[in-house]
Amino acid sequence: MAGFSVQRYAPERSTFAKLTARDSVLRRLDWWLLLSALALSFIGSLLVWSATRNRTQLNQGDPYYFLIRHAMNTGIGFGLMIGTIWLGHRTLRGAVPVLYGLSVVLILAVLTPLGATVNGAHAWIIIGGGFSLQPSEFTKITIILGMAMILASRVDAGDQLHPDHRTVMKSLGLAALPILIIMMMPDLGSVMVIVIIILGVLLASGASNRWVLGLIGAGVAGAVAVAALGLLDEYQINRFAAFANPNLDPAGVGYNTNQARIAIGSGGLTGTGLFKGSQTTGQFVPEQQTDFVFTVAGEELGFVGAGLILVLLGVVLWRACRIARETTELYGTVVAAGIIAWFGFQSFENIGMTLGIMPVAGLPLPFVSYGGSSMFAVWVAIGLLQSIRVQRPITA
Amino acid sequence: MSNIPETGRTPRVQIRLIIIQVLVFSLLLTLGGRLWYLQIRNGQEYEDEAKNNHVQQVVQPAVRGAILDARGVPLADNETRLVVSASRTDLTKMPDKGKAVLTRLAGVLGMKPQDVMDKVRLCDAKTPKPCWNGSPYQPIPVTDKATTQQALQIRERSEDFPGITADPTAVRRYTSPGKANTAQVLGYLSPVTDDEITKAKDTDSPYLRSDMVGRSGLERTYDKQLRGKAGVTRYEVDNLGRVIGQAQSDKAEPGSNIVTSIDARVQAVAEYELNHAMEEARKEFDKNTNENYKADAGAVVVMEAKTGRVVAMASLPNYDPNAWVGGISAKDYQALTGKDSNYPLLNRAIQGQAAPGSIFKVVSSAAAVRAGYSFNGSYPCPSSYSVGGQVFKNFESQGHGNITIGQALEVSCDTVYYGLAHDQWLKDGGMKPKKDAADWFYKTAHDFGLGSKTGIDLPSEVPGRVPDRQWKQRFWEANKDAWCKHGKKDGDYVEKIEYENCLEGNLMRAGDSVNYSIGQGDTLVTPVQMATIYSAISNGGTLYDPTVGKAVISADGKSVNEIKPKSHGKLPMSQATRDDIDEALAGVATRGTAAWRFGGWPQKQIPMHAKTGTAEVYGKQTTSWFATYTKDYSIVMTISQGGTGSGASGPAVRNIYDALYGLDDAGNQDLKRALLPEPQQALPRIQADGSIDAPKIEPYDPDSQKVPEKKTGEQQLAAANTDNRGGGRGRRD
Repeated sequence: MAGFSVQRYAPERSTFAKLTARDSVLRRLDWWLLLSALALSFIGSLLVWSATRNRTQLNQGDPYYFLIRHAMNTGIGFGLMIGTIWLGHRTLRGAVPVLYGLSVVLILAVLTPLGATVNGAHAWIIIGGGFSLQPSEFTKITIILGMAMILASRVDAGDQLHPDHRTVMKSLGLAALPILIIMMMPDLGSVMVIVIIILGVLLASGASNRWVLGLIGAGVAGAVAVAALGLLDEYQINRFAAFANPNLDPAGVGYNTNQARIAIGSGGLTGTGLFKGSQTTGQFVPEQQTDFVFTVAGEELGFVGAGLILVLLGVVLWRACRIARETTELYGTVVAAGIIAWFGFQSFENIGMTLGIMPVAGLPLPFVSYGGSSMFAVWVAIGLLQSIRVQRPITA
Repeated sequence: MSNIPETGRTPRVQIRLIIIQVLVFSLLLTLGGRLWYLQIRNGQEYEDEAKNNHVQQVVQPAVRGAILDARGVPLADNETRLVVSASRTDLTKMPDKGKAVLTRLAGVLGMKPQDVMDKVRLCDAKTPKPCWNGSPYQPIPVTDKATTQQALQIRERSEDFPGITADPTAVRRYTSPGKANTAQVLGYLSPVTDDEITKAKDTDSPYLRSDMVGRSGLERTYDKQLRGKAGVTRYEVDNLGRVIGQAQSDKAEPGSNIVTSIDARVQAVAEYELNHAMEEARKEFDKNTNENYKADAGAVVVMEAKTGRVVAMASLPNYDPNAWVGGISAKDYQALTGKDSNYPLLNRAIQGQAAPGSIFKVVSSAAAVRAGYSFNGSYPCPSSYSVGGQVFKNFESQGHGNITIGQALEVSCDTVYYGLAHDQWLKDGGMKPKKDAADWFYKTAHDFGLGSKTGIDLPSEVPGRVPDRQWKQRFWEANKDAWCKHGKKDGDYVEKIEYENCLEGNLMRAGDSVNYSIGQGDTLVTPVQMATIYSAISNGGTLYDPTVGKAVISADGKSVNEIKPKSHGKLPMSQATRDDIDEALAGVATRGTAAWRFGGWPQKQIPMHAKTGTAEVYGKQTTSWFATYTKDYSIVMTISQGGTGSGASGPAVRNIYDALYGLDDAGNQDLKRALLPEPQQALPRIQADGSIDAPKIEPYDPDSQKVPEKKTGEQQLAAANTDNRGGGRGRRD
């Protein structure tokens, strides 16, 4: 009960009255945000279903296998969101050391024999029973929360106008450890997202421009170093080669991007209709229920359906930006900005690679792609955004 | 934004939040723009690509139609062979790309593993043949000669041979009914080439990769009708090529059957008799060359005189058309086309050209009448005729006094024609031809259809040659440089000729004209041209386009398309002249140069008309020609380096007539034995299920027309007598 600080001062009311009161949590929830995220998850379930109902090798003969699991994941994610709202982002600030420690342990576990490789990325822990965990998804949240805590604490306390260099360094130090571990997996897609998250967090925290520019510079230098030192696996170099020249070896390296583009391009304005896409039914696009789920929308729902996903993502980001701007404390602003950077970049990278304007990287499309860890993480993030909105003081 | 607290919301943060927002939305807009570009602007392109992606075609070849004889006996049809094929789709899915399976398969088929693998690899610019240039989704044939045993092994151990099938498949078969080989008339098939596919792509009958195409003979002329239309099943496939659905499909339409006017029995007789005549000729001694006749090639055409339909057409040497089935081997190909092969692929009935000799005299006779000479006038037939210092002798140096043109035909008197031709040559201006020179002898040859193709429905017919002034001019212009270089005034025979040719080879000399009038010199004709002309004389003057195809009947027998006889002209002579010539040619058979070959012929019942010819060819032995007709048939036979017309070809032609009419050597007709006393009118019936009502066929028994034992001696005696009279090759026919 501790999370709902406003409640403490409210008079005793029935639960229904409490929920419907003018100042209630329900009334103050950002419904645009919530409904858009739900709509994305719903569309996602249809797309995942369409992509997997024929993939007998994956769905173990049950055409509903992935549909049910996607719905279950959404349900669990929804529950996690409610829990997050109930706990409140401020309470979670207190739990950052625990959450941070836990996430570091989990990503370390990936490097032990518990870890498993999926599509070239050694980023998974197989739990058994058909479930697996991708701890780097949760790491994104703990990094956002941890950095926000460090960067905002003295500003929110009124000690500083902007976080000073020491504070920024401390926050970067906090992010560095998990990045290093994830790079060792290697899961470069997640590393890219985390770097963008750090950029968003630093930007919103008001840290000196030097840090922001320095981080961008370091990111570029790091990318060059990784490439030059040969730290990339062959499959990663191939993905870039295929990106640079999409017609390169359409049966091999360029296959994914080429097939993805054919699927999307053939959709036209209104698409072939759900379940009627020949590219999807023919399983020409690999990983179509996860990383390439957008191609199903492109082919079967056409420009209208795929555009709707973009619009819904736009609404989510627009509401998140509003929440970031309107909250009173820097902590909330920084958390929201981290989530915006995360959602924004990950969506852009995911859809961009299916459209051939970004190189292929194994990143799921928030809410839409099949995958429990990602689904849970993005719904926790929605919970955080709602919590920031709910808990900001009502101003007259 | 009215609630900026004192802490936190500095303008810097505020501005940066707006920057973030702008960045995020520009990224979304970028995605939207790209989405529009792919789906709306270039949507069609990707839609087409998607179609290629997921639709694969599997072709069921249409069964090629049969080629039937006039009564429905198949000359070319299809047999079912066990074809072992390999599916690349299945093989490439294996870890070793099917190497183990193909090696095992090679073991079963008794082939080398490498050969099998070569056969199933896909053709590209770098791959030498053998390789597969069809669709990779099409099962690739490894052999079409699998035994039942091999096929069973493959089928029973299907787990050892994944992707390998052994199925019965229709393969072309040339049946040679009653030993009628008919090779050059039927032609042969070979696989379609890339060029042909490209060319026929946008026509109404495009080729498929798996198609076989008729390369010569009827197979080529009627290729489109015989080929039918291959069925195409379009499958929607997934990324691994697995079938996930069936798109629209076209059923295979079997090819139509071609009914020919060929009668397999008559064809067999014609082939046998031609070959026999050539064998007999090789036993004859040629006094001119001091060696036996070579009889290296020959042809015979049996034609329906009233329609131009070909009842039999044989050309020797011939070959086994089945050599082409399933791909000809390099060795066989060399044997058929090499320098030492004597070119058995040639259909000498339409592609062999030679000087006609005296069978040309019907043309000269008609020309003389056109030029104003009375057919029944009186013309000197001295033993020799001298023109410009050159002496042209009658063949036997025998004179006949003054005779009519008809008698000149009968006894084949050359000097009568020399005189007429020379007279005309002078009238036309001699060496300085008049502008309006009538050139009756040449004009008439053209009007008889010589120098042009007859239009027979067989490919690669040659036109022959009428050596008129225009031709001489062209020929001289083309060759004068070489002649002038090699020619010598006092050289050997060839050099002298070349010298003369260099000087005046473009001019029609008196000698040329005189020589031409008896079918010698530069004149070239084909057997089918002569058969067409003699048919026309028989039928009253109509020159028909010779045809082998008689009708196109659909595979289910429902659609019958008869190929009607077509005429390409009339003989340039009056009915009276025709009758005169007809009578004279009957005289040839009864009293003249061919009479000794028609001893006992029932001339009253079946009037026989004939003309013999022996053409001289420089550097070679004489060409034997024999042109004949009755009211229904015309038969023309020629044997290269075979001797005289009646000598070499006479008995053979007589035997063919005997078989047609059911005659024995004594001239007794037995209609039960007659193969075709009248031309076949009715078309064979083809049932809805594609089966053909065809009579059984007995091989030709060459002794069948021999008269019973008792009479044989008498007959042989008579033959011996005539032989003496004919004096071996001593006659000029």
